[in-house]
Amino acid sequence: MNAPPVTGGTDTPIFEARDVSLRFGGVRALTDVSFSIRKGELFSIIGPNGAGKTSMVNCISGRYRPTDGKVFFKGQDVTPMAPNQRAALGIGRTFQNLALFGHMTVLDNIMVGRHNQLKNNFLTGALYWFTGARKEELAHRREVEEIIDFLEIQHVRKATAGTLSYGLRKRVELARAVALKPDLILLDEPMAGMNLEEKEDMARYIVDLNEEWGMTVVMIEHDMGVVMDISHRVIVLDFGRKIAEGKPEEVLADPRVRSAYLGEDDVEVAPAAPQQEVA
Amino acid sequence: MTTTSMIPCGDFKTRYATDTTIFPTVTSRNFAILGIVLLAVAPAFLDRYWLNLLIQIGYLGIAALGLNILVGFTGQISIGHSAFFGFGAFASAWINNRFGIPVALAIPLAGVLTTAVGMIFGVPAARLKGLYLAIATLAAQYILQDFFARANWFTGGVAGTIAEPFSLFGFVFDTDGRYFYVVLFYMVVMYLLATNLMRTRDGRALVAVRDHYLSAEMMGINLTKYRTMSFGISAFYAGIGGALYAHYLQFVSVEGFTILFSIQFLGMIIIGGLGSIMGSLMGTAFMVLLPELMQASTDLLSGTAVDRMLNLKDSIAFLREMAIGVVIILFLVFEPDGLAHRWKQIKAYWKLYPFSH
Repeated sequence: MNAPPVTGGTDTPIFEARDVSLRFGGVRALTDVSFSIRKGELFSIIGPNGAGKTSMVNCISGRYRPTDGKVFFKGQDVTPMAPNQRAALGIGRTFQNLALFGHMTVLDNIMVGRHNQLKNNFLTGALYWFTGARKEELAHRREVEEIIDFLEIQHVRKATAGTLSYGLRKRVELARAVALKPDLILLDEPMAGMNLEEKEDMARYIVDLNEEWGMTVVMIEHDMGVVMDISHRVIVLDFGRKIAEGKPEEVLADPRVRSAYLGEDDVEVAPAAPQQEVA
Repeated sequence: MTTTSMIPCGDFKTRYATDTTIFPTVTSRNFAILGIVLLAVAPAFLDRYWLNLLIQIGYLGIAALGLNILVGFTGQISIGHSAFFGFGAFASAWINNRFGIPVALAIPLAGVLTTAVGMIFGVPAARLKGLYLAIATLAAQYILQDFFARANWFTGGVAGTIAEPFSLFGFVFDTDGRYFYVVLFYMVVMYLLATNLMRTRDGRALVAVRDHYLSAEMMGINLTKYRTMSFGISAFYAGIGGALYAHYLQFVSVEGFTILFSIQFLGMIIIGGLGSIMGSLMGTAFMVLLPELMQASTDLLSGTAVDRMLNLKDSIAFLREMAIGVVIILFLVFEPDGLAHRWKQIKAYWKLYPFSH
């Protein structure tokens, strides 16, 4: 977990948010947030609870449509697109609260992720043997098995997803998102509720996805240790506004970030080096 | 893990193809084939009464499977299924009578026509959920029922319509023994198609929509498309089932396709098992045979003290309806996963005996 945070990614942005605002009635979830994510980057969004991190990810994946502002993916304005259209363009995601298909097997869950790659439909699928659907399904099964191997969930591939333990479900959800072959993968708190060992495994998967599978990763995470270790760049949201952006160590040193996380003192007392507490 | 399939020791799959077959083991496949062969020779041994019951199970089972795809697999609800069943019956008779298209072709065409109607009613359904959807499908039930009564050109109005018997190359399937094969053929084909559908892309998408529609959408599944499609597929199965019914009775009357019949379809799939293909057939068989069982037990008890006390002969009609109600309640409480699940447990019991797991 001590990989040096080299600035990964290329200079071409894969995703760009321009002045994104999101309001629910009088609640301002996001206010004029702008940032861009470079291709090949491991990018983290952090911030205190209720800062608008998940809202931001929902704006990227299409679950929410920004009230104002635009989002661009691969140079294309995707603001009006539905989530399923964005998935077809190459945006995959996992959810903060588990969102597996509980009654399907792990294998079928991951195969659902292949939805856009598979070409068979209800007619050719029903005529399984005569239309090449069988061949196609088997070819994709092979690729899905690669993902199963990568995430080490071979032993549960035939188990019903709803019966698995929390850590395994998180991994299956990641596998399902990976099966989309996304160019941009959004991970909403991939390590929430995990023990140290599971966190280490998950961090390794995320780094591998970024470095070996070549995916641009956007991650929301509360575990600052992980965020600082593996992210290339970080933005910090607080009350729906972007308060800092940059390399992890720069962001960490930013006084606004500190006050967002630790609060501000009413009395003017010199704080005694809070650096370690943030990390 | 309750769903671990019962693969015998040492039966290792070494190719993905052998791991994605319909039947988990060669033995189970052979048993299924044996079952179909036994059914194929059945008309030689069974009398009309039993053939009639089997034919009923066949065409109702096809329609019930359609409803199960909609309710069990996609998680929608429909209390208008019998209207689509009726539409298929009238459509097939109409196509045959009006255009002279042979019955063998009219049946699938009626299925397609019913699909179109089902999708029209499915369009609003794609935006509604739960109770609201139930009411929307109730509207479909009443609109179609009213249409049957008024559209003289299509249904013959209150007089009903004649349906020609099924014939192929001049051979007429007009007796129960002959028509049995038509229904058997359709049943096997329709059940195979559904099984294939559910193990390929669009079938998985339907289940994904049921289990978690938000993440299904994130996986690239167009919710509106699949919800509407599910209505279409469901109506197709209902249409085929209805068409088979029409050419079996050779007469279709407007009275039969009531909401009660729709609820019976729901009963079939609940008893059989929501989200189970074979469960649809088991549930249908159960619902068809239950009244017969009631009748048989009444006959058996005639003249005894029980008979005198309950006056069985006169009360059999409502006892039958009550029994169906009681059975549905019992299933919901004790076996919500239906007969299909119970069957799996029985199989597991025998395989593992004397150990419990």
